[in-house]
Amino acid sequence: MPILDHLWIIPLLPLLGSAVNGLLGGKWPNSIVNSVALGATGLSFAFALEAVREFFVGGQVLVHKHFFDWISAGSFTAGFDLQMDQLTVVMLLVVTGVGFLIHIYSTGYMAHEGGYYRFFSYLNLFMFFMLILVLAANYVLLFVGWEGVGLCSYLLIGFYFLKKSASDAGKKAFIVNRIGDFGFMLGMFLLFRTFGTLDFNGVFAAATGPAWGNVHEPWGQFGTFTVACLLLFMGATGKSAQLPLYVWLPDAMEGPTPVSALIHAATMVTAGVYVVARSHILFVHSETAMVVVAVIGCATAFFAATIGLVQTDIKRVLAYSTVSQLGYMFLACGVGAFSAGIFHLMTHAFFKALLFLAAGSVIHAMGGEQDMRKMGGLSKKIKYTYWTMLIATLAIAGIPPLAGFFSKDAILLSAFQIEGGHPLYAIGLLTALLTSFYMFRLIFLTFHGKPRYDEHHVHVHESPWGMLGPLVILAVLSVIGGWLAAPALLGGPDYFASFLAPVFASAQGAEVVNEAAAHQLEIILAIVAVVSALIGLGVAAWLYIRQPGKPEQIAKSMRPVYNTLLNKYYVDEFYAAVVIKPLMWISTNVLWKWVDVAGIDGTVNGIASGATSIGDTVRHAQSGNTRSYAVWVVIGALVVIAVIFFWPAARPVVGVVR
Amino acid sequence: MVPTSYYLVLSAVLFGLGVVAFVFKRNVITIFMSIELMLNAVNLAFVAFSQARHQSDGQVFVLFVIVVAAAEAAVGLGIIILTARNRQSLNVERVDLLKL
Repeated sequence: MPILDHLWIIPLLPLLGSAVNGLLGGKWPNSIVNSVALGATGLSFAFALEAVREFFVGGQVLVHKHFFDWISAGSFTAGFDLQMDQLTVVMLLVVTGVGFLIHIYSTGYMAHEGGYYRFFSYLNLFMFFMLILVLAANYVLLFVGWEGVGLCSYLLIGFYFLKKSASDAGKKAFIVNRIGDFGFMLGMFLLFRTFGTLDFNGVFAAATGPAWGNVHEPWGQFGTFTVACLLLFMGATGKSAQLPLYVWLPDAMEGPTPVSALIHAATMVTAGVYVVARSHILFVHSETAMVVVAVIGCATAFFAATIGLVQTDIKRVLAYSTVSQLGYMFLACGVGAFSAGIFHLMTHAFFKALLFLAAGSVIHAMGGEQDMRKMGGLSKKIKYTYWTMLIATLAIAGIPPLAGFFSKDAILLSAFQIEGGHPLYAIGLLTALLTSFYMFRLIFLTFHGKPRYDEHHVHVHESPWGMLGPLVILAVLSVIGGWLAAPALLGGPDYFASFLAPVFASAQGAEVVNEAAAHQLEIILAIVAVVSALIGLGVAAWLYIRQPGKPEQIAKSMRPVYNTLLNKYYVDEFYAAVVIKPLMWISTNVLWKWVDVAGIDGTVNGIASGATSIGDTVRHAQSGNTRSYAVWVVIGALVVIAVIFFWPAARPVVGVVR
Repeated sequence: MVPTSYYLVLSAVLFGLGVVAFVFKRNVITIFMSIELMLNAVNLAFVAFSQARHQSDGQVFVLFVIVVAAAEAAVGLGIIILTARNRQSLNVERVDLLKL
């Protein structure tokens, strides 16, 4: 049975796992819950691998399967259609592969937590929606996955729902995403209005067809493509935590660490990048949209990196790092290097998942402590965690030959090559330096120096192999994950880019330049990038190993800057003042006290009290006195007679014909 | 021959007396009798019209009314006897439990 004909089986397995665990798992021991959850994801991963194998055997042609009609209304149809092309292959393997590893890790990490079955049910449900998202062959089905992962994100951020901060963070994530999704939906509506379909094939064929193929909207012109792309990108900024909607991601760290690794680092937050890459045929029509994507991406990368410099919570540093790296991916998409963006998405999934899982291992070892100021000197006590985390840090910092080096290099090169891209490149490079600095700051604060925790109370212990195994596998992937593109640096082909080339065929124009000159430039830029990463490393080492008192002094001498960064540029406070407060005021004073209480309640209660008062008046007719009833009967008869005599129009009504 | 209008006037007077007695009397037996009076006033009108129009429909109706009145008398007198036993009174003013 070729899996390619039955692609639905890949998302269905996690859904079944979720349903079984969610409905029946409550009374099961952890081992059965484990085998259901891991079995579902593991099988899904195996089927995905088989599907990919068949895809390669079949000559890498786009596979599009229609399973059943889902919505059919007038000229609008949306089917349960799944498709598979090179881009899907990358996403599918990342989601199922990394997802499976994180499931394994979770069995160790969550072993002593309450609601074990609930956790795995949500996690499997997330896998289902994420797989729908990456396999969908039309925007409507993609949106189902898109909303579904948002729901699971909400459920898992608020997993410790008894903690107010956790449930608040879940709500924040959900609400901020609603803003983006509003734009996304408008974008879909516009696409349907323009092209009459929401199938990827249909939309992209129309966008490259005779009617729309030659449309090019220059900077500043807001045509259909520009508006549609900007609206889709609005959805992407929500889901992928870009400016100005990134605020939910750092708070999302309230969820359990495996959730942060799976949803808020490796898979869900990259959905925005995936959508932009998937819709690249639309984006390349509009210069404005591309510039906006590039600038937002670049700005977010830098902005988040600066916040990451001073955070003290180990997971928050990683959260801002994620926002920053997602910015890189959008930068790549914005400068037309979609394959570089997807490449970074993949390598980032490896090393950022690893960083989070390793951070989880550190937190586990420290018995729940997340503040890096209360760690230090852990490298000898938790060796495996230390080494795997170090590898991931080297990878994210862009030290060759680890994965992050190649993907980040590809992005910076593309930014440099594009016309007017030098400022983007400069900021990207500076961000790379900052990235290197804050990541090594994290490593040095956590693993080096003197222990700053109470050694009598905290029993530091290495995590079980169920947690370390995924760390090791991800560490290997973080090392070799970038090698697909490695030959490009030596003048050979970039296997990753050429693999994705069929998908991004229409967007390749910007990338092909003078081969030899480009190659030389690439080497130079790579050296510059490595040097900047090493500077970041060096500064971090000097500040946090050689001169442990120095950071304190610097923070003191630059108090305003430090405070601004520590308080995340007061963006949350700004949003609270500008958006939340007026909304609360309107909701309280206009919608609640006026519309609801006075208007709606007033109408309902008014009708009720009106009926009561009428009844109260009329009930006196019911005196119980037989003779008064007799009077009523006589009056009634007289009225009927009077009507018949004096009002001819009423005669047909009372039944008198003549 | 007596004109029809005489009969009708007599019928109306009898009906009016019935209504007045129905409304103003307190004794339940008297009220019952006033109802009978109204029914028979109507019967008189029926018979008068029947005679005037040379049609027998009115007389058929009278027979129906008499039958219904007999049935009503049977049920009504039964109710009156029970009420009188329970309350030791025939005054309708004292039967006011239907009050809200």
